[in-house]
Amino acid sequence: MSKKIFALFSVLMVATMLLTACGPKATPTKAPVVTEAPVVTEAPPAAFECTDAIGCVDVAPGDPVHIAYLLVVAGPNETLGIDSRNGIEIAIDDSGGMILDHDVKFDGEDGGCAAEGGQAAGTKLAADTSIVAVIGTSCSSEARAAEPLLSAAGFVVISPSNTAPDLTEAGNKNNYPGYLRTAHNDKIQGAVAAKFAWEFLGVKSAATIHDGSLYADKLQAVFADNFKQMGGTITLQTAVDPNQTDMASVMADIATGTPELIYFPIFLPAGGLIVRQAKTTPGLENTKLMGADGLFSPDVVTAAGDDVEGFMVSSPLLTGAAYDEFVAKYETKFGKKPISIFHAHAYDAYMMIKAAIEAVAVVDADGTLHIGRQALRDAMYATKDFSGLTGVLTCTATGDCANPTIGAYQYHKGTYPPELIWPE
Amino acid sequence: MLRTFRQRITITDIVIWAIGLAIAIMVVWGTISTLQSGKYATGTWLDLTIKGLAVGGVYALIAMGYTLVYGILRMINFAHSEVFMSGPFTAVFLANALAQSGFLNKQPLLSMLLITLLSMAVSAVVAMLLERIAYRRLRYAPRLVPLITAIGASFFLQYVFRGLYGSGFKGYPTVTSLQGSWNFLGIEVYKTQIVVIISAILMMVILYGIVQWTKIGRAMRAVSEDKEAAELMGINVDRIIVFTFVLGGASAGAAGILYILLFPVVWFFMGFIPSIKAFTAAVLGGIGNVAGAFVGAMLLGLLESIGPNLFLDGLGVVNPSQLKDAIAFIVLVLILIFRPSGILGERVTQTKA
Repeated sequence: MSKKIFALFSVLMVATMLLTACGPKATPTKAPVVTEAPVVTEAPPAAFECTDAIGCVDVAPGDPVHIAYLLVVAGPNETLGIDSRNGIEIAIDDSGGMILDHDVKFDGEDGGCAAEGGQAAGTKLAADTSIVAVIGTSCSSEARAAEPLLSAAGFVVISPSNTAPDLTEAGNKNNYPGYLRTAHNDKIQGAVAAKFAWEFLGVKSAATIHDGSLYADKLQAVFADNFKQMGGTITLQTAVDPNQTDMASVMADIATGTPELIYFPIFLPAGGLIVRQAKTTPGLENTKLMGADGLFSPDVVTAAGDDVEGFMVSSPLLTGAAYDEFVAKYETKFGKKPISIFHAHAYDAYMMIKAAIEAVAVVDADGTLHIGRQALRDAMYATKDFSGLTGVLTCTATGDCANPTIGAYQYHKGTYPPELIWPE
Repeated sequence: MLRTFRQRITITDIVIWAIGLAIAIMVVWGTISTLQSGKYATGTWLDLTIKGLAVGGVYALIAMGYTLVYGILRMINFAHSEVFMSGPFTAVFLANALAQSGFLNKQPLLSMLLITLLSMAVSAVVAMLLERIAYRRLRYAPRLVPLITAIGASFFLQYVFRGLYGSGFKGYPTVTSLQGSWNFLGIEVYKTQIVVIISAILMMVILYGIVQWTKIGRAMRAVSEDKEAAELMGINVDRIIVFTFVLGGASAGAAGILYILLFPVVWFFMGFIPSIKAFTAAVLGGIGNVAGAFVGAMLLGLLESIGPNLFLDGLGVVNPSQLKDAIAFIVLVLILIFRPSGILGERVTQTKA
């Protein structure tokens, strides 16, 4: 019996391998055409032949263009991903639900804000060849696991909220082809946070906590480097587990260095529990507490209760008439103000994809779309002076598209969103 | 004499004892060098001790569920973590409703009582259903079968509650009268921690009383010693087993409320870590033994709280607090190697025999 299953399994394995082996690579290998310039809507060729280096997506008349998301839409950090998804839905509404007269099919997977979830969701999405582009991931750790899979599948991946520096660092092995982001790079956020702490708060010593996630680890390192350069002292760089509840011993450890500020750019629920437990640790009752954009969420107020008073976070500063109009639409559609911060970034990500598809797609007389995957990537990287909600965006060759202003916010008891306190 | 002694000692024994000795030396050396360095003030140690005892009290109440069920059915109820989670995860709705109406801070005692009762009731019902639906049919199956069923039931319950209340977490409101601290002989002690320790001890005494001094408790002990003989003596074994699950469930529900006083955040996965620690505590104290569960839990809470800073800091370990869980589980492994019956385990077997 088990032998039979084994045999069946092996046959399936071999079949899968064969299928994957002659998938996209089986396209005729003419010299790869560099498609910088947008091509064509006039006089379509009799039969379209795909000349793209990594294959094409064909969308038959009446079929939708498939855009997927890979965001955290369940679990403790769900507001982060749901907020981004809401932003994309508004972008789809704003563009009439169409790209080049085709409907848009928009669905996706939850990545759970962790490498494991990213891996699972990435595997699932990578198997769906109808996908043109993926908007995601929410968390940098998800990207680390999902990005190799999605990149190999030939998709364009654009993240509204990954901020870890190495994802777009030239020459870094974690910078994959086809990856872009509309979120800021944490080299900027960490430096701004250090500047805020040093200049505005006037603190001279700080301790940092990360939770082992790619985002938190890199961000606290950037913060610490900048803070030290300005002349500050870092008393301790420590870490907690993302699901840890009891912070007593780590707090005791931090208290021995008597820092004036604790900087913990982590997630929920650990971030909220640190806020609570710092207040009940001898020596840390009045220490200033600061997080980053991962802790910009109404759930912070829930998790930290009354102790949230005075807790500070850094986060992108979004302003402008277009943004206010967007917020109004958000409120009408979802019945509440934006629940996190990366909604506008997601909106811009979708609009950039739409613009790039419109630039490179070849349209047959009957309405069939042919989208070259490499051509789409090139068009995305070539995005220049794109006017979005988060500013005027220009992408670098490695995929950094953001044009961020970072502000500092302070929470008050029972209210959300927190108050902007810097720049004044 | 010497020959038989030599025959009894195997290489494995020597290796195990060497490991034990190495760990003991490390602990002593780490402790001495930490204390010598004077990095932590006396106040810090006291603070950590009280926090450790508070967490230990919660573990003790959860451990009761494991130990009572093991005592009677000789099975580890791995779904107990979800019994623990179900109570506070349900009571959070009541707590938030009370907070919104302002009743919580006007009548803190009455509201906390209501919240605790709801939590205990929900946990008890979940435990009862678990026994009725998942375990009763398997009572005479091989021992591995109910164990695997328990793991399955654990996942099932987790995802049922995820479906019911959502995958995000929920926060408990702050009880104003429990905030702040008391000055106790020059030491600042936080009110919540004292409340947790005292309630945990009180509840452990009540549970111990039920098992030792009531009629149904005597029946429980009889079933635990010999099911068939107990049945012949006219004890309704099914009813006693249901009662055991209800008792364990209710104490887990109460533990849940004490837990949220310390860490006021609930979500569907919250049961896993505290319960696995409570299981460790039950084994540490001697599984199947009520007093043992209490001793083991308090000891584990203390070790976990003080251990990283006391044992490891002096050894130059960076960020010792991250090894908190490692300490708890090393304790479990060491107990299983050196004293599988637990701290109080043997005494009970003797009195039983």
